[in-house]
Amino acid sequence: MPKKSVRQAINEALRQEMERDPTVVIIGEDVAGGQGGSGDVDAYGGVMGVTKGLIGTFGPDRVIDTPISESAIMGAAAGAATTGLRPVAELMFVDFLGVCFDQIFNQAAKFRYMFGGKARTPVVIRSMIGAGVRAAAQHSQCLHPIFTHVPGLKVVMPTNAYDAKGLLIQAIRDDDPVVFLEHKTLYDIEDDVPDEAYTIPFGEANFTREGDDVTIVGFSRMVHIANEVADKLEDKGISVEVIDPRTTSPLDEEAILESVERTGRLVVVDEAPPRCNLAVDVAALVADKAFGSLKAPIKRITAPHTPVPFAPTLEDAYIPNAGRVEAAVHEVLESGGRAAAE
Amino acid sequence: MAEIHAVIVPKWGLSMEEGKIDHWYVEEGEQVSEGDDLVDIETTKITNTLESQHAGVFRKLVAEEGETHPCGMIIGVIADAGAADSDIEAFVESFKESYDPADVAVEGGGPEPETIEAAGKRIQYVKMGEGDGTPIIFVHGFGGDLNNWLFTQPALSEDRVTYAIDLPGHGGSIKEVGDGTLSNLSGPLRDFMKAMDIGRAHLVGHSLGGAVVLSVSKEAPDAVASVTAICSAGFGGDINMDYINGFIEGKRQRQLTQTLGALFADKSLVSKDMVDDIIKFKRLDGVDAALRTLAAGAFAGGQQAETLGDQAAALGDRLLVVWGEADEVIPSAHAQNVSGGARVEVLSDAGHMAHMEKSADVNALIVEHVSAFD
Repeated sequence: MPKKSVRQAINEALRQEMERDPTVVIIGEDVAGGQGGSGDVDAYGGVMGVTKGLIGTFGPDRVIDTPISESAIMGAAAGAATTGLRPVAELMFVDFLGVCFDQIFNQAAKFRYMFGGKARTPVVIRSMIGAGVRAAAQHSQCLHPIFTHVPGLKVVMPTNAYDAKGLLIQAIRDDDPVVFLEHKTLYDIEDDVPDEAYTIPFGEANFTREGDDVTIVGFSRMVHIANEVADKLEDKGISVEVIDPRTTSPLDEEAILESVERTGRLVVVDEAPPRCNLAVDVAALVADKAFGSLKAPIKRITAPHTPVPFAPTLEDAYIPNAGRVEAAVHEVLESGGRAAAE
Repeated sequence: MAEIHAVIVPKWGLSMEEGKIDHWYVEEGEQVSEGDDLVDIETTKITNTLESQHAGVFRKLVAEEGETHPCGMIIGVIADAGAADSDIEAFVESFKESYDPADVAVEGGGPEPETIEAAGKRIQYVKMGEGDGTPIIFVHGFGGDLNNWLFTQPALSEDRVTYAIDLPGHGGSIKEVGDGTLSNLSGPLRDFMKAMDIGRAHLVGHSLGGAVVLSVSKEAPDAVASVTAICSAGFGGDINMDYINGFIEGKRQRQLTQTLGALFADKSLVSKDMVDDIIKFKRLDGVDAALRTLAAGAFAGGQQAETLGDQAAALGDRLLVVWGEADEVIPSAHAQNVSGGARVEVLSDAGHMAHMEKSADVNALIVEHVSAFD
C-alpha cells in the first residue's frame, strides 16, 4: 500500500470527493493562491500547501479564494451548505475562529434543530491546532474543547494520514457541520493510505496500543506521545493501552469505559489548557460511569493554564511530553488506592 | 571448504519488515533435514514456522528467543559437522557486516500488486515466479484477499508463474458483485485468465474461493489443469453464519478479534494488525454492500446456495481437497461428501485458514498435486 503524508492524504480526500460529488467546493484564504491577484494561480494551496493542485483540476468556481474575512468565509459556507452545496471551508488557524463564532455556533450548528430537521448544513470547517512551531500565542492554541462543547457540531482530530483521509471523506459526506482540526506538527508523518476512497465512522475510537495495566486516552498529537510511552514501558514489562478517540464529538464512551473496566487505571492527555478540556471530560465520564473499576485516582496531563509562550524553552515546557505522561503512568500504578487496600 | 548456510529472517508478504524469534525447534549440534521445522517467527500479522532449506547440522543459534531482527538478518547457521567453529564465527561476522536492510527491501520486497481491466472489471493480482510449469491461480475466500496466500504463493512459484487475485468485492478489485451469486465471481476469474492470456492453469481456491474455482472448472474445463479446494464451499450446506455476520457487522477491534478466532485452531494467531487490516478493508467504498450482497447470494437462508458435488466427480483425481480438522466456518465433515477419485486430506491442528496455519503441509500437497497434472 502506498505511503502518504497527512498533507497528501487530506489533499487526496478532497480531490476524490470533488470528483465524486460536484457539489463539493473549497472556500478559504489562499486555498488556490494568487487568484484574482497578480501572483500565479495555485502558487500556495493554503497556508500549509494542503489544497495545492486542486484549482488546476476543478477551477476557480470550486476552489474559491476569499478576502481575509473569517466571518465572510464561514457565513458563505454555512449559507451555501443550506442551499445544496457541500463546502469545505479552510480557516487557517483555529485561533482565528473567534472572528466567526456566530456563524458557527449560532447559525451552522443550529439550523437543523431550529428548522425542525428540514435544514441540512453539510459544511466542513478545516483548521489547524497546536503548539510546537514557534507561532506564538495567537497561532498555537488547541481550542477543540470549545467546539466539542457546542451541540450541533461534530469535532474531528486526526492523528495520522490513514485516519485523516477516511475521516475527512466521512466529514464531507456528513449532513451536519463538522469541525476538522489538523495538528500543525503532524502534516509530514506518513503511513499506508489506500488509493481508493474509504470512510471512518465518527465516534469510533482507535486502540493504537493494546494493554492491560493502564489506559491512556490521548487526543491529536498527544496520541503519538502516548504511543511512545507505551512502547517504552512495554520493554519494562508494563502493558499500556492507548486509545485515540479520533472524534471528540461524538465521543466513543464505550471504548474508553470498556478499557478502564479492564485496566482500572486511567491517564488522559490533552494539549489544551486544563480547565474544561477533554482530559476533564474523559475523567468525569470515567469517574461517573466506571468508578467501581478504578484502582487509582485518574491522572490528567495537560498544558498549563496560560497562553502558549513564544520563548522556545517555555513553549517546549508548555506542551505535555512523554516524560510527564510516563511519570503519570508510574504514579497510577504505584498509587496507594484500592489496589493497596485489597 | 565446507558449505555454510545462513538461516535468515524470511520476508513473508509485502509489509513484513522484521520478525520476532518466538521459539526454536532445534538445538545447536542437532542434525536437520530440508523441510524440518526450525523456528517460529512472529510478524506483526501472524506467527509462522520457518523450515530448513538445507540439510546439515544446526551449528549456531545466533538470535535468541524474544529477539526481533529485520528481514534478511542471520539468526542461525546450518553447516557440515566438519566445518570449523572459527569458520562459522567468521561467517556470522561477515554476514552481519555486509548486511544491508536496503538490499532486502529491494530484493526481498517481492512484487507489488498490479491491476488489469478484465472485461471492464478491475482485478488486482500479484504475480510471482517464472518457469515453464503450468501457471497457478490462487483465489481467496469471503472477506479475504490475495495476501492470504503469503506463505503459499512463494513456495509454489519456484518453477512456474503464479497469480494470487483479489475477487470482486475484495482487496483492490472492483467492488461490484452483481446479485452475489457464484457466477459473479467465477465469470471475472475467467475474464482475468483471458485478459492475462492464461490458456490453462491450476486453480487453488480457499473457502468461497474453492467454490469459485470449482465453478470455473465446470464452465471452462479445458482451461483448468487441476483444482485444489481448501476448506472449501460447495461440498455441503453448512456455513457458520455467526462468523459471516460477525465479519460483516463487526466494527470494533476486540469484537472482530473474537469473530476471527473462528478462522484458526490456534486463536492466538489473530493479531492486532490482522484485525486492523480487515477493518480498513471493510471501510473502503463499496465493500460493505459487496459483502452483504455476496453473503445474501452465496449463503441465502444461512445455507450454502450452490453445491458442486457433481463437479467434484467430474474432476476425478484432478481434484485435491484439503481441510483443517478444526474448521469452525465450514465443517471438515464436508470432506466426506467429496465423491469420485479426488484426493482428500484432513489436517489436524488446523482450522479454516489451514493454508496459513499449516502452510508447509498445504504447500507440499499442492506441489505434489500440480506436478502430477502439469
